[in-house]
This record gives sequence, structure tokens and C-alpha cells, in this order.
Amino acid sequence: MMVQSRNPAADQGMTELSEQSLAEIDRWIAKYPVDQRQSAVMAALRIAQEQNGGWLNRALIEAVADYLGMSPIEVEEVATFYSMYELKPVGRHKICVCTNISCLLRGSDEVVAHLEQRLGIRMGETTADGRFTLKEVECLGACVNAPMFQIGRDYHENLTPERIDAILDRLD
Amino acid sequence: MATIEINGKVVEARDGAMLIEAAAEAGFAIPHFCYHRKLTIAASCRMCLVEVEKAPKPLPACATPVSDGMKVQTRSPKALAAQKAVMEFLLINHPLDCPICDQGGECDLQELAVGYGGDVTRFAEGKRVVGDPDLGPLIATEMTRCIHCTRCVRFIAEIAGTRELGAPGRGEHMHITSWLGGQVGSELSGNVIDLCPVGALTSKPFRFRARAWELNARPAVAMHDGLGANLWFDTLRGQVLRARPRDNEAVNECWLSDRDRFACAGLHSDDRLRQPLLRDRNGWREAGWDEALPRAAQLLRNIVDNRGGEQLAALAAPSQSAEEYYLLQKLLRALGSPHIEHRLRQGCFTAQEAMPLMPGLGMAPEALQAGDAFLMVGCHLRKEQPLLNHRVRQAVLNGAAAMAINPVVWPSNYPLAAEQTVAPSRLAGALAEVAQALAGGEAGGEAAAMAERLRDAEQPLILVGAVAQMGEYLGAILAQAMQVAEACGGRVAFLPEGGNSAAAWLAGAVPHRGVAGSHAPTVGKHLRQLYAEPVAGLLLLGIEPERDSLDPAAMARLLEAAEGVVALAAYDSPLLREHADVILPLATWAESAGTQINHAGLWQSYRGAVAAPGEARPGWKVLRVLGNLLDLDGFDFNAADEVLAELRAAVDRQGAFAPTPWPAVALPDAPASVEAVAALSPYSVDAMVRRSPPLQAASDAPQPCCRVHPALAERLGRPQRVRVGDGAASAVLALEIDERVADGCIVVPTAIAETALLGALTGAISVEQAA
Repeated sequence: MMVQSRNPAADQGMTELSEQSLAEIDRWIAKYPVDQRQSAVMAALRIAQEQNGGWLNRALIEAVADYLGMSPIEVEEVATFYSMYELKPVGRHKICVCTNISCLLRGSDEVVAHLEQRLGIRMGETTADGRFTLKEVECLGACVNAPMFQIGRDYHENLTPERIDAILDRLD
Repeated sequence: MATIEINGKVVEARDGAMLIEAAAEAGFAIPHFCYHRKLTIAASCRMCLVEVEKAPKPLPACATPVSDGMKVQTRSPKALAAQKAVMEFLLINHPLDCPICDQGGECDLQELAVGYGGDVTRFAEGKRVVGDPDLGPLIATEMTRCIHCTRCVRFIAEIAGTRELGAPGRGEHMHITSWLGGQVGSELSGNVIDLCPVGALTSKPFRFRARAWELNARPAVAMHDGLGANLWFDTLRGQVLRARPRDNEAVNECWLSDRDRFACAGLHSDDRLRQPLLRDRNGWREAGWDEALPRAAQLLRNIVDNRGGEQLAALAAPSQSAEEYYLLQKLLRALGSPHIEHRLRQGCFTAQEAMPLMPGLGMAPEALQAGDAFLMVGCHLRKEQPLLNHRVRQAVLNGAAAMAINPVVWPSNYPLAAEQTVAPSRLAGALAEVAQALAGGEAGGEAAAMAERLRDAEQPLILVGAVAQMGEYLGAILAQAMQVAEACGGRVAFLPEGGNSAAAWLAGAVPHRGVAGSHAPTVGKHLRQLYAEPVAGLLLLGIEPERDSLDPAAMARLLEAAEGVVALAAYDSPLLREHADVILPLATWAESAGTQINHAGLWQSYRGAVAAPGEARPGWKVLRVLGNLLDLDGFDFNAADEVLAELRAAVDRQGAFAPTPWPAVALPDAPASVEAVAALSPYSVDAMVRRSPPLQAASDAPQPCCRVHPALAERLGRPQRVRVGDGAASAVLALEIDERVADGCIVVPTAIAETALLGALTGAISVEQAA
């Protein structure tokens, strides 16, 4: 059974889009016809998410809606549809572990087990020090070097427990 | 046209038509949930899958356009297998709680599950459960039942134009909700109840009151705005339990405004009058009709005999039936009085001779949709006439220009091409500038923009609404509107707030004209003149005097000055109790036969859906008997139809009507002090609406507070509360600062208890800081 409930974290975090974010959103708006500002909604949400440390709250969803002339529920539809928008606070490093078929066959179970054991959290959780969030994701298109995960903008492939330790040791 | 074959039958279908439409026309019903003829196509429920020759997979009939030579099977083994498979998926997460679901008995899912559902579920896993947003006092939610057809989301976005509902989440996590689960504020929100094919969205006031199969559906015509929306009253044991739209493409299509849908909750209010009441030395006592009617007749007769016929006046609410207006004016004129008035919320009568035969659009509501320029003046169309606004909105979406000159920037559900926000005294002046610009003169930016759009339009329409009606500048506004219309080749539609104003004008319930605009031998006193020179006797029809007048203080004085007052009223009222001598209980339009004449001049007759409570009787019967008791000729009617036939014959006899030309009305000067703008909540317009608990809890319900522009608030010293009006006729209300209000104005709610003693909410008004 699954009950949708309000996210208690949704009221924390930044409440306004920064000057820099707005300037960046404007660059995206400029790519579309003038009467279709809302076309920039996905980019705007990504920019808002980056500004807020990797996740979106209600105020930012409202700010994006306001800026693009949309209703907040429309922006919420987009933000909740795509899995790369985070609606709860995440750690400094979001580790997106692929558990899809190729990675599964090449041992992603072991990757998950090692990460969970090393960080002391389960998939979908964040470490108490706010450094790491573990997230299970679908295929990221790097099957050729499975198993893999993504941290920030980087792919890490051919993972073994030793390589994982080395990667995590290098992170702040 | 395309020739296609459906189930072996050759069918001609319109190019671009979807299979589901073509099949319906050919008489083949295809099961569906998400498809609705008035909404865009979502093809999300997949229930309408059909087999199309040469297509590898079944195709959704709602989203597959016809093409020549297409061969379609809607009930082949392949099509049925697909439909049944979809039904199995739809029922996976559906709670199947029909025994406790309000939709039971009128549920699309329930009905189609009988034909397409399996006997046993193969789904052994847990079903999903969804939390319920509180969408307000009108719509009950049970979102676990939702099958994600998104009809409600599409309706709110496309027809209501507010995009308050959405479907966040993906896949199994998708759910319908509002932003943060808040209240839906659209004036058309109740339609999602009809659209929802399951029991996810149901009527909150009707919740658990009755089962669909217990109800009797009675046709009726709504009397809260001048549209006359067609509806069904669903009744059980003599009570109206709910209203639903009755399809009529020419009037309301398949929609109802929330006001028309939920007003019936006010029908059975505790303060309905059930028994005739007589005043004697010891106060009020109940009496039978056999005693009350002769007493009322005697009272009227005494006034006429002792003081003269012209000492008698009749006032009627603007939402009575055509038959009642006709008999009222016939009675009064037979008694020698020309004073008949229904324009209780009109602030100005200077141009009444130039008024057309009756107010209204002068064209079908459908024609609005084809319009290309609209200028709204003193008109909050969205809340005054919700379904006309929907037509205008559709026109705007098709490229028409909507413009507004109003004292307040009201939130619109479509973009306005130009907008001016001015005090009521400046409305006529702003129109004059537009007229000047049309004539090639110099004009300011917005006026010039308006003139340009009007000039370019083929059929410009100027809509003068209730906000203009409720001011003392109506004559000047209408005169200037006529100037603009002449200059751009357009027309003026005057849309007063009453539910049956057109009938009142046509039936002669105005002091200056007889039936169908015929010459009145004596011009009677209009409302303002009556306030200034009261008469000895009053006959009131359907009025709640403290709420139905623009100037309740003057109305109270008028009642007080009268020696004899006979009131026909549906609801009890303290002012009537104080001043009337006889109160006769009146059936409302929901309980009696009658006729509504709408904006388009369409006559729509209705029969009572239920019997009136207690001894209450239809107004036409009471007036008929009063006519008999007063020995007047021509009151021998046996049915409302006969009254209507006489009115219709009189209208037909009268022929073409030519009003006097518009007088030159000088542009008004702005008052030196603060100017009042009467704010009539859409849920305050008549006695029934005011007593509907769900509407009074809705977001458009009247708020007991005044609103001013920040600049005026500054000049007033930014008080929390203000005293508006003078002396006894004043009220203390909270003050809200609102930059959408024109500077120099104060918006004061009318027709609510807090302002029931105020004078006319028009022109200059004194405002001071209150403790």
C-alpha cells in the first residue's frame, strides 16, 4: 500500500530565484518563441534545483511558475514527472546507481551492497553528515562498461568495491 | 467527407472527425472514459480501443481520425479483448467501494464494468491509496477511486480557464490534485462533478443524501443570471436535492455555473415563509389564505379609495417569472397606479426612455463565440454572467480582443487586449475618449488601442454590466457606449444583474412603459423618485428589502413611510416584519410554473419541480386571486400558461418597438471625496443564493471588508478599519489594501448584513478611520 503524503521538507531551503539563476533561465527562454516562455520549464527547474543544493521546494516551484507565467500545479506536474528533479534535500554528492538489466547482470547488487555498507544508509537515503545520497536509477546508457553509477556530472564505470572506495575517498 | 465502414455499415464521416464521433453518429456506442466532446483529446483511458483493418494493434477511437476506406470493428473479438483488458487494468487500483460511493448508480465505470469487467480479480497485490485534497465546500474528493482520465484537469484548464487542477506524479504515483491541495476557486468548478466518470469527484452538498435511482429529474431554468441555464432538479420526497445541467447548446451547452448548481441548497432554508402572516394589535399571527387574501385586497382597496391609485406602488425582485411581472403590472395599472418597479439595484434612471425594449445581448449566446471584439464597461462578466464569459473566452482563444474599462482590475481567465481602471464617475469619460479616438481625435494610449481593436472588428460588442448598473452614472455610460457603438459599427449589450430583467421590461414591470414597450398613459415614479416621494401603499413581490436594494436605507424609509404594505415573499425578513401589514408566503421559481426570458430574448417556460413548503403559493396565483378580490377585469386565469398566452399575444400585437433616441447625457463630474463602488458578490444576488450554505462557504462568497488602492489607504492614514457612510446609515468594516482598485474609490460590499443600513453605495461616500 502506498499513501501519498506531504513532504515535510518542502518548506525548507531557498525561497527565491537568484539573479544569476534568472539570467540563466532567460537564456533558455530566448531559445523559444516569445509567447512560449513555458517551454523553458525543464531548464528552469534544473537551474532552480542547482541553486538550492540539488533539490526543489515549494517556493522555488512557485517562483518558476510565476516567472514563466504558468500555474504552480503545472510546474509541479513537470517536477514530479521526471526522476532527476529532487523534491527532498539531497547530500552534496548524489550517487545514482544503475540497477537496470545490464548492470544487474554485471553485478550491480554488489555495488549497491558495498555502497550501503560503506555509507551506512539504504538506497534513497542521505548520510547524516549530508555528504552522500544513494539513489537507484534506470539505465543511464553506459551498458558497455557495466556496472556503473553517476556522481554529479561524471559517470564511473566497471565498478568494483575497490574502485568504489577509491572514488569515494577522493570526494570531499 | 470520408466514407468508412463501421461494423460492416458504410458511414459518411466529416473529414478530421475522430472514429468515436463517427461511430456515435452511426449509432455505435464505443465505451470510453476520458473522451468528452467539449474537451481536448487525451486518449489516456484506452477504453475505446477498436480494431482497424491493416492496423497491427487496436487503436483508440477517440484519437484516431477517420480516413477514406477505413474498416473499423468496434465489437470484434480483438476489439472486445482489448477493451476487456483495459477494464481489468482500470479496476486493478479501483477500490470497488460502490456500496459506499455517491457515484453508485450513475457511474460510468460501474456501468461499463458490468459489460467489460471480469468476475474475479487476478490482481492479488496491494492497491494504491491516494490522499484527498480539500477542494472546497462544493466538491467532495475520494481520489483513490480516480482512473486518471484527466477530464477534470482539462475542463478546469480549457473551459474554466484557471488551471487549478493538475496531475503530478508519474505512473502509479500520478494523482489529481490542486496546488498544495487548496480550494478550487473557479466559478464553473462544479462541472467537474458531472465530468468525473467515477466517484472521485462528487458533489459535497449532495453527499450521502440519496441514491441516483431514487431521484426524480424535473426540468427547470435557472434564475440567477440572465442566461436562464437549463437544468435538472433532482428531487426526492418533495425536496430538491441537487441541480445538474440539462444540455442546451444554444444556452448553457452542457455546463452550469456553480451559482446555478448549488443555489438550490437555499430553497429549504429555515426562514422560508410557510403560512400567511397578518399583523394585528398583538403583533404577527399566522392565518389562512381565506383570511389573508381578503385582508390584503382590502388594504390595497382602502389605499386606492382613500388616497388615490397613484398612492400605491409595486416593487418586484428582478428574478421573478414573466407571468408574475405581467400580472403585477396589470393589477397595479387596473388600480390606477403607474408606479411599478423592478430595477432595485439600478442607480440611475435618466436615460430610461431610450432603453431598448428589454436589456440583453440581442443575439444568441453562441454568437458571442464568433465575436471578434468585446469591450466590457463596468462589467465583471466572469462573476456576473459566468457562462457568457466562457463564450467570450472561447472567442478570445480564437483571436478576438477582449477589453475592459472597470473600477477594479478583476482577475480574468483570458488575456485582455487593453484595460483601463478608472473610478465609476470616469467610466463614461473613458468611453468618450474611445469614441473620440474612433472619430479620429487625439486619445491616450489605452483608449487609442481600444479604438483600434474596435475599428478593426467586424462585430464589436460593448458589454455594460452590473457594476455600471449599480452606479449613478448608468445613463452617461450607456449614452457614451452608444456613441462608441455607432462610431465602430457595433452594438451595446446591457446586462443587468437580475435573473429575469428582460421579462420584467417586456411584461411592463417598469414605470414608464406598458407591456412590450407600449405607451404608458401616465409615467410612474422610478425607484429614486419613490425614495424621494414615498407613497401610502406598497405591494412587494419576492423582495428581501434589506438586501435586494442598492440603497437599503432608503428602502427602509420607503417601507416605514407607507401606511399599508402587502408583501409576497418567499423568505422571512426583519424589515418586512417591521413594516408590512400582510405577508403572503411565495413559492420560488423552483416551485411554480413560469417563464424566463434570457439575454437572447429566448422565452423558456418551466414547471415547478417540487411543491412549495407549507402554504406558500405561486405568485401568479396569489396575484390572480387578488385581482378577483379587487373586482378587476381580466384576472380569470386557470393556469400560468394562460397568463403567458396573454402576455405573448400582447407582445405580438405591439409589433416593432422604437425607443426614443439617446439623450445627450453630460459627462459626470468626479465627486470631490472618496467614491463608492458597490461590490455585489455573485453569491449575494438573490434571496435563494444568499441562503445556500455551500455557496456562502465558497471563495466568491461576500467578504465583510472594504478595499482601496494603496494611495488612498495612505491618505486615509492606513487604518485597519474604516467607518463608511454617515451617522445612523454607516458601517464599520475592515479595510484591505488592494492595488487593483482604481485610486479614489472604495469598494464596499452590498447585499450583506453588515452594510444593510447603508445608503446607496454610489457616488461620494464618507470614509473615516474607525477605532
